[in-house]
Amino acid sequence: MSETERRASAEPLETDLAPGDEGDGSTDLLPGLRGYLIGLGLAVLLTVASFTLPGTSLIWGPGIPVALIVLAIAQMGVHLVFFLHLTTAPDNTNNVLALAFGVLIVALVIFGSLWIMSNLNANMMPDAAMSGMSMHGM
Amino acid sequence: MTSAEITAQSADPHHLGHGDHKRAPGRGVGGPASKRIVVGYGFWIFLLSDIVMFSGFFAAYAVLHDATAGGPTSAQLFDVRNTAIETALLLASSFACGLASLAVDARKPIWVHAALAVTFVFGFAFVGLEAREFADLVARGAGPSRSAFLSAFFTLVGCHGLHVSAGLLWMLTMSAQLFAKGFRADILRRFLCFSLFWHALDIIWVAIFTLVYLFGAKP
Repeated sequence: MSETERRASAEPLETDLAPGDEGDGSTDLLPGLRGYLIGLGLAVLLTVASFTLPGTSLIWGPGIPVALIVLAIAQMGVHLVFFLHLTTAPDNTNNVLALAFGVLIVALVIFGSLWIMSNLNANMMPDAAMSGMSMHGM
Repeated sequence: MTSAEITAQSADPHHLGHGDHKRAPGRGVGGPASKRIVVGYGFWIFLLSDIVMFSGFFAAYAVLHDATAGGPTSAQLFDVRNTAIETALLLASSFACGLASLAVDARKPIWVHAALAVTFVFGFAFVGLEAREFADLVARGAGPSRSAFLSAFFTLVGCHGLHVSAGLLWMLTMSAQLFAKGFRADILRRFLCFSLFWHALDIIWVAIFTLVYLFGAKP
C-alpha cells in the first residue's frame, strides 16, 4: 500500500462535514435543523442564566463577575460551534488556527490595556500633589 | 505501474495537481481546496480582524469605565430589561439566519426569502431599540461628549450597531441577488459570507451585554 493510498483510507474526508454544513446537494435537512435548535437552546439557557444571576444570591457576590465571564465565553463557544460551524474537521484546521491567533491578540489587547492602565493609575500622584508641584516649578 | 505513472507520482507525491474536490480540506492534502472553503477562510480572517478592532474598543471602555467626570455612572444609566429584549431579538435573528442557510442548502427559494425576512425584522427591531436607547441617553444629558466613559460607551455599542445596520443592507442585497440570479455558485458563497457575518455580530453582542450592561448595571 502506497503512502497516498494509506492516507486516503485513514482519513475518510468525504464524511467529515460540519454539523449543518452544506453537503453535496443532499436535501436531508434534519441534522442541520437539529444543530441550529441545539445551538439556540444552549444560547437561550446561557443568556437567561447571565441575566438572572446578578439578581439572585445563588453565587457569592464577588464571584458573580467571574461567573458572567464564564457564561459569556461558553455562549461564544456555542455560537462558534452551532452557528458558525467551526469544527475539528480537516477542512476547518485553518479556521481554528486563525481563531486561536485572534483570541491571542484580543487577550493581549484587553488584558494588556487593563494591566498597564491600572499600573499607571496606581503610580499616579494624587491631583492635589500634581498641581502643587507644577506651581512650585513655576 | 508504468514508468510514466511512477514519474508522475514522484514529481507530485501529494497529488496536488489531481485535486479531488471532496478530499481537499485546504492543507495541501488531495489538492487545492474548493472555492467554498477558501472563501470561508478568507472571510473568517476578515471577521477575526474585525473582532480584534472591537477588542480595542472593549479595552478603551474597560479602562474608561470609571472616568465619568462627575457625570452619570453606568449603574444610573443602563436598563437591563431593554438589553435583555435586544439580546433576545438578536439571538432570534441569528437563528432565523441559520434557517435561511438551511433553506439555501435545500434550494427552496420561498423559504430562503421568508427566513431572511424574519431575520431582517428581528435585526431591524434590534437597531430600533438601540437607537431609542441612544436618543434617550442623549436627551438625559448623557451624550457621547459628557464624559470619557460615555464616549467609550457610544463608540463601542454604536460601532456594533453600525455593523448590524450594514448587515441589514447586505441582507437586502443578498435577498435581491438570490431572487434575480438564483442559487449560482458565486451567490451561494456570498450568502455563506453573509451568514458568517451575521452570526459573528451575535458573538460580539454577547461580549457587549456581559461586559458593558451586566457589569455596568451592578452598583
